[in-house]
Amino acid sequence: MKAVVYVPCDSGALSLGADQVARAISREAARRDLDLHLIRNGSRGLYWLEPMIEAVTARGRVAYGPLSADNVPALFDAGFLEGAAHPLCLGLAEEIPLLKKQERLTFARTGIVDPASLDDYLAHGGYEGLARAARLNPEQIAEEVTQSGLRGRGGAGFPCGIKLRTAMQTAADRKYVVCNADEGDSGTFADRMIMEGDPFVLIEGMTIAAMCAGAVYGYIYLRSEYPHSARALNAAIAQARARGYLGSNVVDSGKPFNLQVRVGAGSYICGEETAMLESLEGKRGMVRYKPPVPAVCGLFGRPTVINNVLTLATLPIILARGGAFYKNYGVGRSRGTQPIQLAGNVKRPGLYEKAFGVTLREIVYEYGGGTASGRPVRAVQVGGPLGAYFPQSMLDVPFDYEELAARNGLLGHGGVVVYDDTVNMAEMARYAMEFCARESCGKCTPCRIGSTRGMEVIDRIVARRDQSANLTLLRDLCDTMTNASLCALGGLTPLPVLSALKYFPGDFGLGDDAASLD
Amino acid sequence: MGSNGWNQSAILDIARQLRDEPGALLLILRRIQDELGWIPEQSVPLIADVLNLSRAEVHGVATFYHDFRHHPPGRHVIRLCRAESCQAMGAVALARHLEDRLGIGFGQTTADGRFTLDAVYCLGNCACSPALTIDGDIHGRVTPGRLDDLMAAVEERRS
Repeated sequence: MKAVVYVPCDSGALSLGADQVARAISREAARRDLDLHLIRNGSRGLYWLEPMIEAVTARGRVAYGPLSADNVPALFDAGFLEGAAHPLCLGLAEEIPLLKKQERLTFARTGIVDPASLDDYLAHGGYEGLARAARLNPEQIAEEVTQSGLRGRGGAGFPCGIKLRTAMQTAADRKYVVCNADEGDSGTFADRMIMEGDPFVLIEGMTIAAMCAGAVYGYIYLRSEYPHSARALNAAIAQARARGYLGSNVVDSGKPFNLQVRVGAGSYICGEETAMLESLEGKRGMVRYKPPVPAVCGLFGRPTVINNVLTLATLPIILARGGAFYKNYGVGRSRGTQPIQLAGNVKRPGLYEKAFGVTLREIVYEYGGGTASGRPVRAVQVGGPLGAYFPQSMLDVPFDYEELAARNGLLGHGGVVVYDDTVNMAEMARYAMEFCARESCGKCTPCRIGSTRGMEVIDRIVARRDQSANLTLLRDLCDTMTNASLCALGGLTPLPVLSALKYFPGDFGLGDDAASLD
Repeated sequence: MGSNGWNQSAILDIARQLRDEPGALLLILRRIQDELGWIPEQSVPLIADVLNLSRAEVHGVATFYHDFRHHPPGRHVIRLCRAESCQAMGAVALARHLEDRLGIGFGQTTADGRFTLDAVYCLGNCACSPALTIDGDIHGRVTPGRLDDLMAAVEERRS
């Protein structure tokens, strides 16, 4: 029997030498005259174990990691192709505790299938959602998505079913589906993992959205920092087109749908949906006024469904298993699962998909294992560069849209970044303003000017110059940015700034009573 | 051929090839950046003419996006992630190491044209922080020592 080995081609695994491991395996197999089939899968998301390879055995897929090319000859000697013991053997991949504890719905196939194979996708339940959608009318598709309770996973959390229905009900000669793959929020990488590890699920999700809204064309707006995603998506789109899953008559539904990947040019603001539309139209990525919302008047003035990669990639399972199935996961108004991306100073960074409701403390300690440095956790930022910093004492907050918002935080795109006690939170607050200044599109004054003034005011506070007056000024500035900015960049930058100030006043050279001023 | 090795007809070819695509201007600039490694100022009127736009409109887009270079880069380009997760794992020390070793700041190219140093805000490799790319290849869990090895390796590959 031909031996089968999986070696990830996920860019995280590549950054740790997965290609060198793959080459070493091929070389060693040739030297030993073994017939070996090497499959490049996505990552399971257990990054502290990457590069993690898997050998297909009679018992199942046996994992080994973290590997380097140097380990490969010894693995062959030990008999890893039969799943034999070795110091780096992790046992059956499916049984790795932190993988088994997850609820993988959106990531059901990532790390398991060959992302370059449509047949493998089909063999793992792919396109079952579209098959069902093709038997429903658009209203029924929108209803199924509404029932599921799915909300936008990009950050805004807007109900996906409502967005679909709005575009569906708006009459136009041409409509679009745009996938927001401009995963600019630092600390997040779930979109990238889907695109590299299971690209067909995104294509299927966009096709379902198109069928519902009546769209004929789609764009995936992809950030330029993700070249491996671009390659995986383009290869998958070509296969889908060749096999009738895209084209003039999608799965014999009589409906046309085509799509293409558009690569951005390094602008964070182009992740904001209206700036993204401007960019797709070939212009500067300037935020648009709303209304009209894009579902009514979007790309090239036509109704446009815009959703994040994770939202669209969740539509197939909702259609395949039903809205009620998806809704059964989660708590309160946060239904379903959230792919949580854990990073920063943490022992076990990775992708953990869990039903909403898991606490931040469980994520950081049970999953993450505490800090990588072994020092105490001091702060945890949730939701990307515009998310709040939480101190130790607040880690019992459940991962849930409303619970985080109630504590002046946000869920955002589901990123969690951990810091140990060497972090200076005044520097992080200043960095938040600096990032806003760098990435502001410049359309509204609070964001364009406020961010630069914010840096200056923080500098003066830290230098202990007229602290009381400057503190008042900083709060006033944040109030203006929060309430008068056109979009979330200027509007949410105060979250990291004010949370750092509130919970870590000492880092700004302030007494603990500074926190009580708000 | 213009100075610095760029070619007017190459730019015109790209512009004419993509002119009918929806949102053509960004596609054209992206392609020029990818093929030439930078966008010569002289390409602005050429693109404007092909697309029937004003020079100001083309200039406005070309200068909005961080990816577009207005000077030729060095032989090797290092892009260090300076965002939160990487900061939490030692990117600040890596930044200092690079600036000291190369004798330049971010956004600059060494006088001998060997290296360009850029900041990037997230490579999506946060679970393997700190991260950087050298000539487009991504590296994770980078230490100053490993960075020196990687830099030596790209220089060797060239010679």
